[in-house]
This record gives sequence, structure tokens and C-alpha cells, in this order.
Amino acid sequence: MNQAQATPDATLCPLDVESVRKDFPALHQKVNGRPLVYLDSGASSQKPEQVIDAVQAYERRDHANVHRGVHTLSQRATDAFEGAREKVRSFVNARSVREIVFTRGTTEAINLVAQSYGRSRLASSDEVLVTEMEHHANIVPWQLLCGQTGATLKVVPFDDNGELIMARFKELLSSQTRIVALTHVSNTLGTVNPVHQIIRMAHEAGAVVLIDGAQAVPHSAIDLMALDCDFYAFSGHKLYGPTGIGVLYGREALLDAMPPWQGGGDMIKSVRFSGSTYNDLPYKFEAGTPHISGAIGLGEAVDYVSKLGMDRIAAHVHKLLDYATAQTERVSGMRVFGNAPGKAGILSFELQGIHAHDLGTILDHEGVAIRTGHHCAMPVMEHYAVPATARATFALYNTRAEIDSLFAAIDKAREIFHT
Amino acid sequence: MSDLRDLYQAVIFDHNRSPRNYGELASANRRAEGFNPLCGDHVVVLLQMSDDGVVEDVRFEGRGCAISTASASIMTETVKGLTVKQADQYFDAFHRLALGEDPGDDLELAKLEALSGVREYPSRVKCATLAWHTVRSALHDTGDTATTE
Repeated sequence: MNQAQATPDATLCPLDVESVRKDFPALHQKVNGRPLVYLDSGASSQKPEQVIDAVQAYERRDHANVHRGVHTLSQRATDAFEGAREKVRSFVNARSVREIVFTRGTTEAINLVAQSYGRSRLASSDEVLVTEMEHHANIVPWQLLCGQTGATLKVVPFDDNGELIMARFKELLSSQTRIVALTHVSNTLGTVNPVHQIIRMAHEAGAVVLIDGAQAVPHSAIDLMALDCDFYAFSGHKLYGPTGIGVLYGREALLDAMPPWQGGGDMIKSVRFSGSTYNDLPYKFEAGTPHISGAIGLGEAVDYVSKLGMDRIAAHVHKLLDYATAQTERVSGMRVFGNAPGKAGILSFELQGIHAHDLGTILDHEGVAIRTGHHCAMPVMEHYAVPATARATFALYNTRAEIDSLFAAIDKAREIFHT
Repeated sequence: MSDLRDLYQAVIFDHNRSPRNYGELASANRRAEGFNPLCGDHVVVLLQMSDDGVVEDVRFEGRGCAISTASASIMTETVKGLTVKQADQYFDAFHRLALGEDPGDDLELAKLEALSGVREYPSRVKCATLAWHTVRSALHDTGDTATTE
């Protein structure tokens, strides 16, 4: 194997999309008589055969409960489940598997931190700092926490380009700030936030930082040791894995000091009516039988994207975004939300005179699947004073031809609406 | 495959572009709000009811897709001059129409039939019915925010 093959270089060795597409059975179907053009991976991505097969193989042959019993199937299930945890650890470059907690998804991971870390530590004089571009999953858990503790929620605004106003962040960050919670990549604007700088500044102010990585993890390689955040949350189903499985990374010392969130089996060492003792990390935070097949599917998804190379995937998606962005300029009445430099493969827009839901219906008629609505980010809609936007997201299996189909369908919508 | 033109009939575009009875109504004595939080459609219906329970005047305001805007506009044209009981009958008939059921032939439904295309688009039925649920809240003065999600 020569050097170029060992370390794929984005410019020398682009992603072979046609071959990648063969791995995704769901892409090969007609919708309303047209070939499916799936541009909604930001909401949930499709799964490769490898993930589907790994989940099936487990269900057909290896299923039993994990961490219990001495029989062969239980051992196989435990090995596969813990093997998946190690794959995830390696993928995001965490120090230890003790820092990788399996959750139902990003939402549950954030709620876990808010309730376990936040509720045990915050008081009424404390502040939680979020940003205006957060998904509801990174707003509401903090509102609940503030309601419970009397702490105050502060919000860092973004400018019309979709970039955080760092001067405001600096002003809002103070010794009262106990938690900074922000998204790595905005799900509506595509903005890649300057998380390194924010983490450093927050730590200097004595705050811990939680990063919502739901959109960032499928977008580019994540190095948690280099990032140095305290908590990082992401979901399997946006990374070509199953739904119902996600990950909370937590710095070991913090997780260790935090009280359990949910109680039940698996999270205990001993249970007596006089009191119980809790299990070691990460099991302390995994009460009850986990989503074993989901974790195994996620492990397989991590293998899949790692094999392709996150850098090559990122380069491919960036090219698609550039191609799509260039096309937006020829469509009169098209307004794009989020123009931050180096943004991820997310294109949010509105068409003058056509509501996003009407557009979504017409595009679906042409086989093109996009997301329409507020994208669980109502404050972003409010910022731009729009009730809803249309959003196309680009993934490793999308092609230029599909972007052509998107714009042809947009032309059709404008024709129907006479705009 | 159904034709998009069945959903987006010319009448829909006409009402979407120039909604009838749109705006404020100073003499209103009933008001109700409709909101579909998932899609963001929002409508306010204002009624001026006579003492004997007849819709003397009606207006609506709000933001939504072409289907919900056109449906609200057509709804206002339909209910003006009706008693509460008659308006309720139209509500029921329209509901059946939107769901692809037989609305019966007791009522004059020609205008409302422009919206019957939604029956082929289950995800859009809620757009067409929001204004009707809202006017029903106003007619019965329930004080509830109507929703069809």
C-alpha cells in the first residue's frame, strides 16, 4: 500500500460517490414516480447495508442482555456492545471508554448533563449561557434547569450572516457563568462555531462547556482531546446509524463527581433498602437494558465513515454546498439563511411568494426530499422574522446531479406559483 | 400519482394572493386563535356576532402556506351570514371533504371543493382545516387556541 492510499488526501483521492451510493438501499427507489433525491440527512440520514446487516446479524444470532449472565449469547452481546463503545471512543478521540455514555440521542445526553451536573451544582445566582442558534434540545433542558434552580439563562446572539457575535459572548461570559452550552454546527444555518476559542474562554471564566455535536459529527472529524470541552453530545441516526442511540462524552472527573440521573438495573453495584451504591463509569449513567442493537449499528456506522475518511467526506460535501450555493444566485426571489464562511453542508432558504410547506409538497412530488418548517430552532426563525424555511442538507451519498434535480424542482414550484 | 394541479387549483392561488376578509375588525365581539406549532401556521379569526347568533362580519389575520391561507379566506366567505348551527354544519362537511369522505349534498360546497385536493396529501390536511377549527372556537367562544396537528 502506498502512502496516498494509507492516508487519503481529499484533493488526490475524491470520494467515489457512485460506489458509495450502492451501499445505501433506501436511495434506490422512486418517490411519486421520480428517482428519490434525499436531501434531508440533517434530520436523519439513510443507513448503509453494512449497518443494516450488523444490526440484523446481532438480532438473528447474538441477542441477549448485556453485562448479565454467563451464557454464550450474553457474552457475545456484551462484547459487541462494549466493542461499539470502543469504536466510538476511538472515532471521537476520547481518553477512555469510561467517558462514553450511550444515550437515546443528543437530546437525552443534554438532559442528562442539565439534570445531573446542573441540578446538583447550580444556585440562583448562577447563569447558563446558550446561543440564539441552538436547537430546542439545547435550550429547553437549560430552561427547565433554570426553573428548578433559580439560575438565569443568557443568550449569545448571532448576526445576519449566521455568525455568533463574539463581542457579545465576551460580555455575557462572567464569573457567574457556570455552564456554556452551544452547538458545534448550526442545524439551520450550517455555521461552524469557533468552539476552540469559546471553550478556552469559558474555562478561563470557570465555566464548563457542553457542545451539541449532532450536526458536527457527520460533518468532519472530531478530536475531543484536542477540543478539551467538558461534555459533547451526538446522535447515531445523523451519522448513518440507527435511531434511538446517541452518545454523551463527559470528562471523567466530572462524570465521576456527578450523581446518577436515572436509577435502575445496570447502574448499581449493590442495592439494599438501607441504601444503594452505584456502578463505575460509564454504567452509572446507563440505567436499564440499553439499546444494544443501536449501539452495535452505531459502531458499524463509525467504521463505515472512518473507512471512507471523514476528511474526504467533508471535502465532498463542501463541493456540493459550493455547487448548490452558486445555483442559488440564479434563482430570483431566493433568500439563503446562513452565509458563514466555511459552513457545513446545510442550505436553508425561502422563496419569495412560496411558503416552505408548499415548496416541500411540490418538491416531494418531484421525488426531492427536503425539510421544511422551523427545524426545531424557533429563535432562528424569529431572528429572520420568517415562520419557516426550506432546508436541503448534503451528505456523503449526494451528487451534483441531485442538486440539479433540486433546482429543477424549485423552478417547477415557481412555475406553478407563477413567481 | 395525483396531479399537483388538483391540490394547487387556480382558486387557491387567487385566494392566497388576495385573501378575502383579511385584516382587523374593530366591531368584533368574538376572537379565536389557531396555531400549528410544528409547521408554524398561525391564524386569528375575528367575528362580529349579532344578538341572535348570526355571523354579521368576519375577518382573519395570520401567516401560513397557500393551502391554509386560501382555506381561511374561503372559510370567511362561507360563514358570513350564517348562524352558529349552520356554520357548524359547514365545519362538519368541510372536514369530511378534506378527509375524502362524502360531505353529503345538503350544503352548497362548490367553493370549498377547491380544497378537496388535500385528501391526497395527508400531511397537508391540517393546513386546510386550521381556519375551520379556529372559527369553531370563536363561534363557541371556547377560549382555546385551535390546533390541527
